[in-house]
Amino acid sequence: MKISSIDHILQLADNALIIAQRNAEWCGHGPILEQDIAITNISLDLLGQARNFYQYTATLMGNDATEDSLAYLRTEREFKNCLLVEQPNGDWGQTILRQFFFSAYQFLLYKKLKDGSDEQLSAIAEKALKEVTYHLRWSSEWVIRLGDGTKESHQRMLTAIDELWRYTGELFIAADYEKSTGADVSLLKDEWMEKIVTVFNEATLPVPEKVFMQTGGKTGIHTEHLGFILTELQYLQRAYPNATW
Amino acid sequence: MVIDSEISTKKIWQILETVCDPEVPVLTVTDLGIIRDVKIKDNEVEIIITPTYTGCPAMDMIAINIKWALLEKGYKKIKITSVLSPAWTTDWMSEEGKRKLKDYGIAAPDRKFEIAVDGVACPLCNSTCTKLISEFGSTACKALYQCRDCKEPFDYFKCH
Repeated sequence: MKISSIDHILQLADNALIIAQRNAEWCGHGPILEQDIAITNISLDLLGQARNFYQYTATLMGNDATEDSLAYLRTEREFKNCLLVEQPNGDWGQTILRQFFFSAYQFLLYKKLKDGSDEQLSAIAEKALKEVTYHLRWSSEWVIRLGDGTKESHQRMLTAIDELWRYTGELFIAADYEKSTGADVSLLKDEWMEKIVTVFNEATLPVPEKVFMQTGGKTGIHTEHLGFILTELQYLQRAYPNATW
Repeated sequence: MVIDSEISTKKIWQILETVCDPEVPVLTVTDLGIIRDVKIKDNEVEIIITPTYTGCPAMDMIAINIKWALLEKGYKKIKITSVLSPAWTTDWMSEEGKRKLKDYGIAAPDRKFEIAVDGVACPLCNSTCTKLISEFGSTACKALYQCRDCKEPFDYFKCH
């Protein structure tokens, strides 16, 4: 059995944790009750995935590492999540679009990991893939509903694309620690693009061309938003070290 | 001694049949199909469980409840191991479990509705003239519906 690099598993965990935290910000603020429940359910699935990845990382690291120390006691520069997941919620359209971009990516990535040679990673991916399939369908339907909706919702989706497209390039540029794994992210790009084009066409939304792509998240160079997210997420453990329920 | 251990394993399965899911209390952990194996080795009982949904907060509760039930029956060394693969599916839910769900007012998972769409039979009046309200319900495992005939809202335990 082949073990993936610790940094790679950490990245999978950080991605899931940070988007889970962002989606959880909607709790009690969703546009309607059913969608408030939907986005927080998705958040919960992603948090569960993050826990599985952190637990696996902690086992590989040994010493005193735990899922909690990895989530609560690392600083911004140590987080390896992509820039996309840390972007602010904005309006509902922007949150939906971020989820759609990310779910489409996770769907393809987990399919690869599931067939990979690291057994534990494969088991986590197999389990999570079922949930991600659901997230992808839900977010695709919302992109179509908003894009092909009213003049207002269409305009808001255009703004969301403007805000977020520049963070999608990074998903498919492998960091050094990703290169040792079976899942070469650069090979996922075409299939990802196909999905985006299909959904955007139905949503009457344009697919941007030649946009400068922001990168850095995978190696710890983040947008200013991550610090604020961690401040909130880690507050309790920082203020009251080792506090437990 | 093979027979002895078979008897003890059977006893443990009987105890597990009394442990309920905290979120859907009509279902036991065996109805749900999350107990994958029971092993006994040198006085230690090992229960292999698999989570329903990755982030399901009920899983920690379930593990504690299993431990309690066994402690109460005098077992001292208990180990709960969680495995992820093969991934849990609603196909592992017992027929008895599906019947109990319906009596409780929750439509049971049905492969005809692999993707939640209109038409899942209402658990109250059996009408199939029903409407999907939301793909996500009160817990990760359920979707929300309303019956167009009896007008009652109800949960559907999604195929997974």
